[in-house]
Amino acid sequence: MSLLKTFKNGIINENPVFVQLLGMCPTLAVTTTATDGMGMGLATTSVLIGSNLVISLLRKVIPDKIRIPAFVVIIASFVTLIDMFMHAYAISLYNSLGLFIPLIVVNCLILGRAESFASKNKPVQSIFDGLGMGLGFTLALTILGIVREVLGVGSVFGIQLFGAAFKPAIVMILPPGAFLALGVLIGTLNWFKNKKAKNA
Amino acid sequence: MENKLLASSSPHLRSDETISRVMLDVLIALLPATLASVYFFRFNAIKLIVLAVASAIVAEIICQKAMKRPVTVKDLSAVVTGLLLAFNIPASAPWWIPVIGSAFAIVVVKQLFGGLGHNFMNPALAARAMLLASWPVIMTNWVSPGADAVSTATPLAIMAGDAGSDAILPSLTDVFFGNIGGCLGETSAALLILGGIYLLYRRVINWRIPFMYIGTVAVLTLVFGLGFTDMTYHLFTGGLMLGAFYMATDYSSSPVTPLGQIIFGVGCGIITVAIRLKGGYPEGVSYSIILMNLVAPLLDKYTRPKVFGEVK
Repeated sequence: MSLLKTFKNGIINENPVFVQLLGMCPTLAVTTTATDGMGMGLATTSVLIGSNLVISLLRKVIPDKIRIPAFVVIIASFVTLIDMFMHAYAISLYNSLGLFIPLIVVNCLILGRAESFASKNKPVQSIFDGLGMGLGFTLALTILGIVREVLGVGSVFGIQLFGAAFKPAIVMILPPGAFLALGVLIGTLNWFKNKKAKNA
Repeated sequence: MENKLLASSSPHLRSDETISRVMLDVLIALLPATLASVYFFRFNAIKLIVLAVASAIVAEIICQKAMKRPVTVKDLSAVVTGLLLAFNIPASAPWWIPVIGSAFAIVVVKQLFGGLGHNFMNPALAARAMLLASWPVIMTNWVSPGADAVSTATPLAIMAGDAGSDAILPSLTDVFFGNIGGCLGETSAALLILGGIYLLYRRVINWRIPFMYIGTVAVLTLVFGLGFTDMTYHLFTGGLMLGAFYMATDYSSSPVTPLGQIIFGVGCGIITVAIRLKGGYPEGVSYSIILMNLVAPLLDKYTRPKVFGEVK
């Protein structure tokens, strides 16, 4: 597979959230605002690129039987890096994401890419896979965050959109709103996809 | 599309029952309570009911056209959903509350799950839960009946101590006939029971769910509440009569087996009383029915009657 195809694959065809339904825990939990969603997406992307690269480099060294613990150690190292980095340079984002930053370790998207792609492919390809999947994840979380923030708070990236007459639907920033928004978004995307497949 | 069923092998039971006839019966049964809400809450009630029903119909037409399904608005089910939703809204609500609620009920809860008969929970109640979670202040801003629309608390809120110690309970007669604060349609227990009896007489619903539901609430509030008078308040205030007769008996979201229906009613009753007496909300009818809706398929599965001659 060409590099560009690998990259595009992660963003559109096999989008981690909208197609593979991976990493649902952060997807549903932190997308109360667009900023949080995007921040979580970018943090995951950087971990994913790093872990994909290192795992791909070590793919011939790591024994098959203990590969999962080895992957987790590598992923955890990168998550610790990101955690400290965000604590130092993006304190407000760090505070609002809270526990969900260390929890990136157990994001099944990262382990899934390590297992199904990085451990079988060359480093450069793995980087592009990590970049594509990571940006696909970021895109999905940002869209979800925008939808929930607009409907639930009436703002986007913290900028107020409507006047005082707009009464936001608080349910959208509560857990049920995450499921509603995700379900409707996936449904809409599938509808478009089916329509395209029918026309082609 | 409307009312056509596939014929299977005999024996056949003939009936002139159609979806629109059943829905018409529900509307007839709700008519007295509708008129009462208009009498008690005046223009606000008319405005909210018309808006809820109209937007339910419009939402159904738009959604079915967009999804390229046959438009079945003539079966009156959208009218019933809209009316029941309006009954669940306080009279002081602004105009967009019933519009958003009806659209949510019809589009998200009903049509996205496959339309009439495929919804897994009662659309009107799911919409009420959504509205209550979204706009808690608007949805609990009760006003007393009459033209002046003075803010007031519901009897259940007074009993739960939410309204402060100086709030006095209305008399039992007022409670029974509906001269109290509350949602549009839930206040007049007498007229709701009248409609319920009509539905039972027409065999649109059977006795199991409403009677087991109300009975369970009566027994539990008598045992765990503050005596007999307290129990009667629990029975005739809040949404119990509305929920038990009109919402819990929704065909597609309640069990079909007799035993399943009895367990369903008892379960609704237990959850309602638990929420009212121990929970954070003064009223629990809507949540209890929604929760039991979710287990209805399971109840059906485990209470399936034995087929004649079946060996386990």
